[in-house]
Formats: sequence, C-alpha cells, structure tokens
Amino acid sequence: MTWETVIGLEIHTQLATKTKIFSGASTEFGAAPNTQACAIDLAMPGTLPVLNAEAVRMAVMFGVAIDAEIGLISSFDRKNYFYPDLPKGYQTTQLERPIVLEGAVDIQLDDGSTKTVRIHHAHLEEDAGKSLHEDFHGMSGIDLNRAGTPLIEIVSEPDMNSPEEAVAFAKKLHALVVSIGICDGEMAQGSMRFDVNVSVRKKGEELGTRTETKNLNSFRFMERAIVQEVERQIDLIEDGGKVKQETRLYDGDTHTARSMRSKEEANDYRYFPCPDLLPVEIDQAYVDAVRASLPELPEARRARFTDSYELSAYDAGVLADDVATAAYFETTASQCGDAKLAANWVTGELAARLNSDDVLIQHCPVSAEQLAALIARIIDKTISNKMAREVFGAMWEGEGEPDAIIEARGLKQVSDSGAIEGMVDEVIASSAKQVENYRNADEAKRPKMLGYFVGQIMKASKGQANPQQVNEVLLQKLNALL
Amino acid sequence: MSIDRADIEKLGELARIHISDENAQASAKSINEVLALVDQLQAVDTTNIEPMANPLGARQRLRLDEVSETNRREAFQAIAPATEDGLYLVPKVIE
Repeated sequence: MTWETVIGLEIHTQLATKTKIFSGASTEFGAAPNTQACAIDLAMPGTLPVLNAEAVRMAVMFGVAIDAEIGLISSFDRKNYFYPDLPKGYQTTQLERPIVLEGAVDIQLDDGSTKTVRIHHAHLEEDAGKSLHEDFHGMSGIDLNRAGTPLIEIVSEPDMNSPEEAVAFAKKLHALVVSIGICDGEMAQGSMRFDVNVSVRKKGEELGTRTETKNLNSFRFMERAIVQEVERQIDLIEDGGKVKQETRLYDGDTHTARSMRSKEEANDYRYFPCPDLLPVEIDQAYVDAVRASLPELPEARRARFTDSYELSAYDAGVLADDVATAAYFETTASQCGDAKLAANWVTGELAARLNSDDVLIQHCPVSAEQLAALIARIIDKTISNKMAREVFGAMWEGEGEPDAIIEARGLKQVSDSGAIEGMVDEVIASSAKQVENYRNADEAKRPKMLGYFVGQIMKASKGQANPQQVNEVLLQKLNALL
Repeated sequence: MSIDRADIEKLGELARIHISDENAQASAKSINEVLALVDQLQAVDTTNIEPMANPLGARQRLRLDEVSETNRREAFQAIAPATEDGLYLVPKVIE
C-alpha cells in the first residue's frame, strides 16, 4: 500500500524590533524576569495598545520578499483563551484581514529539483509570556518579558509531502527572514517556532484527517515529529482505526508527542475585531518603498556567487543561504583574493569546527579577516595546506594572528629552491634501489612510484618543504637519470 | 437566532465565571433580547457595502520603534498576590 503524506506548516517568527508590538517595552533577549513587561504587556486596566511601525514594515518586507499580495488594509482581532502567560485573556492577532496575503516560496530538493510551496497568508500578532513549571511550592512562575513581542505567523498551504520537504521549506524561510533582517533566526532562543499539520492518505484519495503538533523549535525536532506522526497515523489506519483531529504537543526531552487533553483542546476562541485598534492602512507607495529597500535575497546571492566567484552550485548554496555565512565568505574572499580557496575553507575546516563546537558563525572566534590572512599565507606559499590547518586550530583556540602563530611554531614552509634541491639530491643518492626500480618501470607506473621519494624528502624537511616544489624538482631530477 | 441554558453554561465556562441557576435564566432572557435586535439589523440588505470599522474614517496611528518603558517591576509586583525571583506565581497550570 502506498501512502502519501500531506504536510502544512505554521511558522511563528519573532520580529527583530527593539520594542514590543503594542508597547514601548524592550524586546531584548535574556533580561531578568518581568523587567521588560510594562503596564500594557501586563494588561493593566486603562492601558491601550499602540502599534509599532517597525513591526508593520517588517511584515510588509516579508510579504514583498515572497512576492505576496500585501493587505493595504489589515486589521486586528482578539483570540480569546485563558492561560496565565496571556495576561489580557486574549491574543491580539489578525484573522479576517492579515497584512500578507497569498505568496509562494521555491524549495530545492536533494535530487536537484525545485518545488513551489504556496503561502496561504502571514499575519501580525503578539507573542505570549513564558510559564515555568519548576517547583515554586506547587505553583507556576510567570515571566512576561516575552509577552507582546511581535510575531508574524506564516501559514503555508499543505504542499509538502515528506519530512525532508518540510525541513527544506523551514530552512528556506529561516534563511529568508534572516537575510532580509526581520528576524535574528536564533532558534535556541525561540525566535522561530513551528507547528506542523500532518495527514496521510492512500494515493489518489481524499485528504485524510489531520493532526497539529505544536511548538517545535528546531529543524531536527520538526523532522522527527513528522516521521513519528506519519508512522502513528499509518499504523492506526492499518489496524482499522481512525485518525482523530487533535492537537499534539512535542516534548524535546523525550522525543515523543502526546495528545493534549480534551479540556485543553476544547477551545472556542470567539474571535472578534479588536475594538482597541483601528484598521491599519498602508498605501502602494509605502509597499513600493519597502520593496525598493529589500536587500539581496538568498536566491539572487546564490546566482551571483556561481557567476562572479565561479563556485559550484553546491558551494554557492551552502555559502549564500545564510546571510552571516555569505558575509563571512565575501570578506574572506575579497581580502585573500582567492574565492575558490576561501569557499573551501569556509565550507570545510571552518564549517566543521563551527559544527563540532556548536558555534554560530556570528560568534566565530576566528574573524573573516584573520582567515583571509591565513589563506594569504597559503597563496604566497609560506605554509602548506596541512600547516594551515594546524595554524587554524591554534587561531580557533585564541592563540592570535596567523603570522604570529606561524612564527612561534616555526611552521614556515621551505620554498628555497637551493635547499629543496639539496634534500632531493640526498634522498636520490641514498635510495639507489628505488631509483633503479623507477628507471626500469613502465612509464605509466612511474608517477605512483614518486610517493616514496616525496615521503622521504618531506620527512627529511620535517614536513616543511613546499610539496609542490618538491614534486617539480624531484621529477626533473629523476627524469634526468632515465 | 436564540440561545438556551446550555449555551449560557458553555459561555460561563469559557469566560471562567460561575453562573447560578437563576442567573442563567435571566441571562438567557436578556441575551436573547439583544439577539432579537441583531436579527432585525441583519435583515437590512448590505450587499456591496464595505464594512466600516470607525464612523470617522480614522486609521491606526503607528508608534516609532523606540524603547519608552523602563523597568517598574517592583511597583507592579507590589500588588501581585504572589511573586518569587521576579516571577509572578500562579496556581500550577500543568500536572
């Protein structure tokens, strides 16, 4: 039996404004609890919301980036429910008239093909506070610093058919919102959170009943949650059961999802237009101005990287998608003057270290300028690639500038041709048997036999001879003996 | 449209308020009177008429993205029933 998976995503994206969506309280991450929760965020009687112009601009920026129609008149509604981290008893959101209407995003799949995922709409809304359920004498602790942080909720159409497609879409949107500067993209801080709607059906049949799994804050959790949910639904149906429409909560510690109890679920949000906020009107000139201010999008950057730096499609993708990585690469490339080498280092050694130490490139201990200075020493043949990796390791550990490390560790490569010739002569002289074999070997086999000599010479030079030069001189001298 | 006692009880539950039996009767009656008025309004043909949010045609004013609020946690928490480590404490919301 072939099953088809149908996935739709809702992505909560925190906007990178300085202040809340409806108040002048700071949104800076990491402040002491409730020090950034003002009277409006606390829903004190008599307070009124005033909309943040920057939140509107960022939402419109997202809209023009995905070529969506912009709601020139949008309005806010109240979504009513009780939870202690929502002091007003309702979330101010946009239901009837969202600010961003239909759009689309293209995703690249592993097989190289492209798929279009339609965006149903994106709307402005406020985030809730945080509940801490650790032990406070049997009570819960509430931190309202996050309450009122501006979000756009991006709602996709159910256009994805596998966990891989869902992750590709999520990553694409992540790269996009960070590139256009409307979100800091710090997933670990909750800047982007996913709800996934999943259903299964037999090929060609009607859409199945869907479930919603909420609050996934990493690509990996999202992928696992979808894989598990698809399996659960298929098992259920194959055992003669039925999928119940429900909301499920994913637990990142145990990697399991559970159904929310019916009482939590029995929400009747009783949406109605928010009487505290008038409709938001923007005009086409405003939208055009935002469009004109749009920075380079990842896709355009990818194309530019393949064109102007002659990078492979793969390298261009890795370097262009993330705006911070792109900036790092471009600084490195322009300062060292060799884009291909810069690309190799950024996607290779650097990416590996960032990954193994779990560091974002924004916080990389080796700056792009320092990496460029290191690469420059490879280009001018002061050090070999192998030595450069050692120097890079030392730079990563904070030992300082590449030149100082090269000096301190005595890593200078020997490129003095006289010295190299001397070493080559010595090795040839002491390897009579190998030289004899080389002379008698088929021409086709000879290149392979060079390895022995190169090894000896490098050993004699304590690894500091310039390998390229060694090869040239050796070949020249051996061939003179033929 | 009209509502009955069961609806009133549901509304009370959603609003987290207790409604006594006699209040439920009375509330159903007065809400139904309002609904009758709404029915009358809905009889008017509004085809091709744009919904109006405000009779003055006013539009939402926007605020600059500048921090204008300072930390007044102490004052706010002075009137809270329970706080600890800067957090507001509430009855436990999950088991």
